[in-house]
Amino acid sequence: MAAHSDPPAAIRVDGLRKAFGRRRVLDGVDLAVAPGTVHALLGANGAGKTTLVRILATLLRPDAGAAVVGGHDVVRDPQGVRRAIGVTGQHTSVDELLTGAENLRMMARLAGFDRRAARARADELLATFGLEDAAGRRAGTYSGGMRRRLDLAASLVAGPRILYLDEPTTGLDARSRLGLWQLVAELRDRGTTILLTTQILDEADRLADRVAVLGGGRVVAEGTPDELKRWVGAELLELAFASAADRAAAAEALAVAGARPPATAEPRVLQVPTDGSGDHVRHVLDRLAAHGVHAEHVTTRRPSLDDVFLVLTEPGGGRPAGDLAVAAP
Amino acid sequence: MSTPTRPRPAPLAAELTFVGRGLRHSRRNPDALVLALALPVFVMVLFVHVFGTAIDTAGTRYVDYVVPGVILLCAGFGASSTAVGVCEDVLGGTVDRFRTLPVRSAAVLTGHVVASLCRNLVSTALVVGVALALGFRPDATPLEWAAAAGLVVLVVLALTWVSAAVGLVARSVEAASAFSFLVSFVPYVSSAFVPTDAMSPWLRWVADHQPATPVVDTLRGLLTGTAVGTAGWWAVAWSVGLLAAARVWAGWLFRRPPRA
Repeated sequence: MAAHSDPPAAIRVDGLRKAFGRRRVLDGVDLAVAPGTVHALLGANGAGKTTLVRILATLLRPDAGAAVVGGHDVVRDPQGVRRAIGVTGQHTSVDELLTGAENLRMMARLAGFDRRAARARADELLATFGLEDAAGRRAGTYSGGMRRRLDLAASLVAGPRILYLDEPTTGLDARSRLGLWQLVAELRDRGTTILLTTQILDEADRLADRVAVLGGGRVVAEGTPDELKRWVGAELLELAFASAADRAAAAEALAVAGARPPATAEPRVLQVPTDGSGDHVRHVLDRLAAHGVHAEHVTTRRPSLDDVFLVLTEPGGGRPAGDLAVAAP
Repeated sequence: MSTPTRPRPAPLAAELTFVGRGLRHSRRNPDALVLALALPVFVMVLFVHVFGTAIDTAGTRYVDYVVPGVILLCAGFGASSTAVGVCEDVLGGTVDRFRTLPVRSAAVLTGHVVASLCRNLVSTALVVGVALALGFRPDATPLEWAAAAGLVVLVVLALTWVSAAVGLVARSVEAASAFSFLVSFVPYVSSAFVPTDAMSPWLRWVADHQPATPVVDTLRGLLTGTAVGTAGWWAVAWSVGLLAAARVWAGWLFRRPPRA
């Protein structure tokens, strides 16, 4: 996957493998992240997103393959990698007994700032992240959104060129999530390379320049969010039938339209990719009527990551790949 | 948001930062602080006024006999609480965060150890203060006081490093705190609270050969002038040996690749 290699990649991963005992978590991951871009890593629970991030953060050693971050090999030169990165983990690791200001000053001191510079850097970040009023309160009293912001600020103290965000909006309310998205976008605009893991397609859609989908320990698809969505269909038309037999008849009638059972394996439901337009929906329903099948209930919804997986893991590849790059399964 | 140029870290910057963190934690953990300060008082009163009336210490006043044991009991309990702090740092992701920084992240253990030492010196001073109030009459010279303090420092350091290592292996905070509980039983099977010749033969053998006995005998000799014999050498040898072994073990545990 050597696309976008015109400038040297900020993160380059080649054939990375990692197993815990007999469980193979990463089974030959390839990835290239261009400098100054947001690259989202999508995957279900247990797909290996966090393991990959931990290897790239020098917390785990890979079994095989290579990973180079900011020009430094994660195994041969971990200190070089650590000088280039900032990490915000899945669970916030702020120090609950310290105040927000003390947390940031501690990180700044660890980054080598002297006392005065550390104080100034902490104040600057507290202002940027809207935590000035809470600066003197212990982090243990912060709300979930405030903790995330403090955690992100802590990972930015040393001004890293490359930032890992591991499911940064898990457990956040809508307002906090929007705020965090805005901060990520600002960081990218200032030239920071960001590797973002998420289970939320919408999050990847909003933030990412490119998206890699992890499944079965490999990157099963890689492309821009638009390419990914085109792959599944902009929206899905869900048709519920009275019986499994009705659904079978409908599946036959709509085979050309790309109808398939949903990821949730409900026996009486079919999904048809759609652009959501009245014309297309009418066309599908007309087709059903022409075959004498009656749909009990009709809804449209945006595709979820489950839907992407279903398509990507479908035997024989399902639908044509279009302009989406798909790795061999 | 500006992007600062990363300065060159000063030598020992990580150590000093982590010590500062450890001291703040000690001050801000009210449960642990109250326990660390209240325990010496309770234990001292309990032994002197409850058990002491029933224990025969062959001519020595019991309060003079028991103070070194209470010092060790409290120092051991205080030091072993380090296991909980270290375990919380590991399980809570704090250690992982420090590991992704270009610093000597194992210095976070040094921070815990120095904080434990400071906490325990305060708590030991409190034990001695309460003891004096309850009638403890030491006859130690300033040099003997200094030697006793030195031994307490050595013992606290050794026990704290063992606790730090236990905190690194423990898979839950509960397991780490069970360790503190167990450590506080060690002095009971020693010469800390009753003379070992009152014990059954095999228990006496254990008591005579475990590290708490020479430590207590040495402290007692230094503070109240009882015979020390070779106990002093044993006490130092045990402490230094334990300290060295635990230091190496903890360092190895910190560097080893994580399980998952």
